Amino acid sequence: MTTRQRRMVFVALIVLCGGGAAAFGLRAFQENMMYFVTPSDMLSNPDTNNKSFRLGGMVKEGTVKRAEGSLDVKFTVTDMKHDLPVTYTGVLPDLFREGQGVIARGRFVDGAFRAEEVLAKHDENYMPPEVAKRIAAEHGGTMPTAKP
Amino acid sequence: MIVELGHFALILALCMATAQAFFGLAGAQMRHTQWMSAVRPAVAGQFVLVALSFACLVYAFEQNDFSVLYVASTSNSELPAIYRFTAVWGAHEGSMLLWMLVHVTWSMAVAAFSKQLPHGLISRVLGVMGLLSVGYALFILLTSNPFERLIPAAADGRDLNPLLQDPAFLIHPPMLYLGYVGMAVPFAFAIAALLEGKLDSAWARWVRPWTNVAWMFLTIGITLGSWWAYYELGWGGWWFWDPSENAPFMPWLVSTALIHSLAVTEKRGLFKSWTLLLAIFPFSLSLLGTFIVRSGLLTSVHSFASDPKRGLFILGFLAICVAGALLLYAWRAPHFRSDAGFAGASRESFILINNALLIVAAAIVLIGTMFPFFIDAFDLPKVSVGEPWFDAMILLPAVPLLVLLAIGMRASWKHADLSKQRLSLTVGITVGVALAILLPAALYGYSSVLTSVGIACGAWIAISALWDPISRWRNGHTVSVAVLGMSIAHLGVAMFVLGVAVTKSYSDDRDITLAPGESAKVGIYDVRFVKIGDAPGPNYDAVEGEVIVEQDGKHIATLHPQKRFYRVQRNVLTEAGILAGWHRHISVSMGESLGGSGAWSMRLMYRPLLRFVWLGAMFMAFGGFVAALDRRYRKVTVRADEPLATSTAPVN
Repeated sequence: MTTRQRRMVFVALIVLCGGGAAAFGLRAFQENMMYFVTPSDMLSNPDTNNKSFRLGGMVKEGTVKRAEGSLDVKFTVTDMKHDLPVTYTGVLPDLFREGQGVIARGRFVDGAFRAEEVLAKHDENYMPPEVAKRIAAEHGGTMPTAKP
Repeated sequence: MIVELGHFALILALCMATAQAFFGLAGAQMRHTQWMSAVRPAVAGQFVLVALSFACLVYAFEQNDFSVLYVASTSNSELPAIYRFTAVWGAHEGSMLLWMLVHVTWSMAVAAFSKQLPHGLISRVLGVMGLLSVGYALFILLTSNPFERLIPAAADGRDLNPLLQDPAFLIHPPMLYLGYVGMAVPFAFAIAALLEGKLDSAWARWVRPWTNVAWMFLTIGITLGSWWAYYELGWGGWWFWDPSENAPFMPWLVSTALIHSLAVTEKRGLFKSWTLLLAIFPFSLSLLGTFIVRSGLLTSVHSFASDPKRGLFILGFLAICVAGALLLYAWRAPHFRSDAGFAGASRESFILINNALLIVAAAIVLIGTMFPFFIDAFDLPKVSVGEPWFDAMILLPAVPLLVLLAIGMRASWKHADLSKQRLSLTVGITVGVALAILLPAALYGYSSVLTSVGIACGAWIAISALWDPISRWRNGHTVSVAVLGMSIAHLGVAMFVLGVAVTKSYSDDRDITLAPGESAKVGIYDVRFVKIGDAPGPNYDAVEGEVIVEQDGKHIATLHPQKRFYRVQRNVLTEAGILAGWHRHISVSMGESLGGSGAWSMRLMYRPLLRFVWLGAMFMAFGGFVAALDRRYRKVTVRADEPLATSTAPVN
């Protein structure tokens, strides 16, 4: 086989593998890509096919309730327009706090959001940019100040 | 006053860098000997000035000078002295100054250890490094000045993020930067070669040790980051495919390909254009990584305070570097032709496949990382690409790579006779399969086909890596330093694969509630919560739990997980209680107090063979370093043009 022919074989192999990888990747994308939603999004489109979402918003003041002596916790996530109750079983991250931004990964089940993972932020003044942008957009472009 | 001195030193360094760039590039282009001889002094001067500037910033921190805006936002008078030092790179401005300091250190090293290189080439290399210095200095002075004053001065500082108040912060960023920034050296060499229009195996021999050392630092930096995340964040994870982890991982993958491609260029004068092209990308990806982390697009522990101006500057800088380099490549690459050939089965072809697979891996990580940003740029609903996608996709290039590694690392140049490897292949595959059956059967239980493949590959690669050194040693031959380095590095790969396969398949995580006196099971261990008490610290208040780990009634260890409340930033930090060991890690983190009975929510984590993940990576780094020590890289008398090596020389 000449060098040129060998090169063509290599190129063909690469295209084939690349195509295969791309197809596999796209399929994996579909299954693993998670959309970011706010409570308003979730409530206006409740049909979710049991898919995983990332719910973002603020933890509403006075709504964090832990069952005594158990790992079950309920809290409400709000985007200042709509509230969505969230249930979670497990240890909450350190910076999880009422009045702060939060992102919960989970599914919408029976009218409530069942979180599988809760991510709070690493700085007490931090609000995830996605959350801030959406809340600001729903309030005419400016962020409402958080209650003390 | 000192602060202004630091600022001024940085401005002077910018001027010095401009001179270095001019003398280096114009001097080499016009063969102006006097200009070219001015380059090394310019490098030295720039180094002194940037070091001085950095020292002034350190001074401001040690003196608690809260009239400096950066000190006030990153430090605090209650901060222990060592962390006041590390706080210098605790946020964007100071870490950019550290970046620049690392860059001029590399420039200094290249200037010092290059006496045997032709003047034209080394002037161009240092000239390119000078251009990069100019870019960095402009970036700092125009958008990220750490010396800005705060008038009136703050009474006290905002304190360093508690997550960063840890000894690991002393080494992780410097190591990472040494790697990131060090990739500029092969980049500069590639640009220099393109400008010269000349590339021979001598060039490859000069670039290899620099690339290896930069790669070593990058490997160490990433490994430290993973290890630190594990014990600091306390939730048992050691790799999250977070954009800030992917940022150094992409240049790592590409520079691994570069290391191997350089071997071919040096040994056989092949892959010239490919190596040149490849050398452009680790540095470009480093810049991209820096952009991702500093531009404010990111939501992560690693995101610095955002300012669109900074993001735009870095993006522009990145665009200039990449576009400039690629244009130069497109213009000059046709000059570089190789005439030698190689068989379908040969070390060259194995390395070619290695490069292809590593590039695919880097592309996968790049796509997964950048996809959310692209979606956002087009104002589509925000998405994130989760860990499962990366975990699944990375297997596509990884599994073939590992299987072929065991065979390829011992293949001969130009034409490999695989029947010569029959013994080593038989032994390797047998041991691999045996271990893949034995480990699940005897120790961990069956998990999946993938686990078995991982274990088998790990063992097989280890056998392959050790085969040559051991058989040569047993026959009384010497083992060259380069081969030793290669064997150590590949052995590291084997350990890493084994560690990852076992720890990902057989880990156990439990979220539980425990009252004092109660115990729970994780893995094969029993964890008993004994009591809780106070444990104050220098700038925090803490409660500390006492937790006992037992196995079959036998006491294994006592752990002391803590929950800390940092007084200044008023936030909470979990310090996990960790039992580290060669064959497993156990980690206990306290969640929160659950009320009356004194019960606490806790997370218990069991991770078998986790240490091998990091140990393997460190072996890789060490192997790369050892290979760079080979004597042929330090030979002083070298002719600028050497005939291409085309013989089937013994594997070396």
